[in-house]
Amino acid sequence: MKSCLIVDDSKVIRKVARHILETMQFDVAEAADGKEALDHCAQSTPDVILLDWNMPIMSGMDFLRAYRSSVASPMAKVIFCTTENGIGHIKAAIDAGADEYVMKPFDRETLEAKLQIVGCI
Amino acid sequence: MSTTQPKAYASLSALLEKHTGQTLLANRHWRIDMALKPLMRENSIPDLDTLIALIEIDADPRLTSACVEAMINNETCFFRDQANFALLTGPVLDMLREQRMSTKKLRIWSAACSTGQEPYSLAMALQENAEKWRGWTIQIIATDISTSALAQARAGRYSQFEIQRGLPVMQMLRYFDQNDEDWVAKDNLRRAVTFSEHNMLQPAPHFGKFDVILCRNMLMYLGEDKRVQVLDAISSRIADDGILMLGAAETVIGQTQKFKSSPEFRGFYEPMTRAATQSTMAQRRFG
Repeated sequence: MKSCLIVDDSKVIRKVARHILETMQFDVAEAADGKEALDHCAQSTPDVILLDWNMPIMSGMDFLRAYRSSVASPMAKVIFCTTENGIGHIKAAIDAGADEYVMKPFDRETLEAKLQIVGCI
Repeated sequence: MSTTQPKAYASLSALLEKHTGQTLLANRHWRIDMALKPLMRENSIPDLDTLIALIEIDADPRLTSACVEAMINNETCFFRDQANFALLTGPVLDMLREQRMSTKKLRIWSAACSTGQEPYSLAMALQENAEKWRGWTIQIIATDISTSALAQARAGRYSQFEIQRGLPVMQMLRYFDQNDEDWVAKDNLRRAVTFSEHNMLQPAPHFGKFDVILCRNMLMYLGEDKRVQVLDAISSRIADDGILMLGAAETVIGQTQKFKSSPEFRGFYEPMTRAATQSTMAQRRFG
C-alpha cells in the first residue's frame, strides 16, 4: 500500500483529500503545517506528499526547501496543492524541488492523474 | 427542471440523436439539465416544454443548433488513459516510424477531438521527441462535430480546471502561456494541429489516408447501427497497415468485420486488410 502525507492547515481540505486518497488505497497521514510535516518525515518517508503553500508556523515552500536539503533517503515525491495559481509560484515550486503542482480547486480525476504522473499509482 | 419529465428527455434525446447519432442514456439525463440551463436563461426561455416547442416548430435554427451543441458530451482531458496513450506515443509510433522510414511521412487523425486536448497531447508527445522525428513530415488533423468545442480547440485556451487534468506541470509550463485565469497554447503547439468540423456519421472527409486514427470515447455514445457506420467510415480512411485507437471501454469486436485487435498492442486495432496486404507481400517475397 502506498502512503501519502497531506500537509494542509485546513481540516476540511485534509478531510476531502484523505477521503479521495483512501478510495485509491493510500495509507494517509496528516500534518497541519510544514514543521509537523518535517517531524513526520524524520520518522518515516511517505511515497508522496500533498503540500499546501500558505500555512502558519512553516509554509509549504519552507518545508520543501528544508526537506529537499535534508539527507532523507529515499525522498518522497512532492505535489504542491494550493490556491496559488500564478506562473511565478508554479516555477518557484518546481525550482525548489516539487514534482507536480495542483491548483485548487481540484477533483478526484485531476489528483489521480497527478499521482500517476509522479509514479505513485 | 425536474427529473420527472420523460417526454421532454425523449424529445431532446431524439434531437441529439438526429443531429449527432449520440444517444442519451437515462443515467445521463442530469446532463441535459446542466447543459441547457444557460441556453434557456440566455434566450429567456422559461421552461423545458417551451424550449422543445420552439425547436419543434423550428422557430430559430440557431436555437436548435445551440441546443444540440449544449447536449454534446465534450468530456476529455490531456493524455487521457495515460497507460494506453503512452503505448501509442511509444511502441506504436516507433513501429510506424520504422515502417515509414522510406517516406518519413506520418498522418494522424484525431476524430471526435472535442476541445483539442487529445491532438495537443499527441503534438506535445511528438515535440518531446523532436530529435527522433527530425526530417519527418507529420500531420495531425483533428475533427469534431461541435463548433464551440472546435473554437476552443483552435484557440488552445483552457481554464485552470481543464489545463491541469492529465497535463504534467512541466509540459504545461513548456507549451502554454498563462493568460489571466486561463492557459493558452503557444503558437508552435497550435500550429502542429489542423482542426476541421466534421460529423463522423457523414462521409469521411477527403483528407486522404491516415497512418493512425484515434476515435476515443465516442462510439460508446452511439447506437449499434451508428457504430458500424462510423467504423466503416474510419476503415475507408485508414492506411492498410495503419492503426486505430479506441477508448479504453470500447472495442471493434462484434461491431465490424473491417477491423481486428492488434496482436501486438492491447487496445489498438488494425484493418482486416492488413493481414491480406502482408500476406500478398510475403507471397511476392517468397512466391
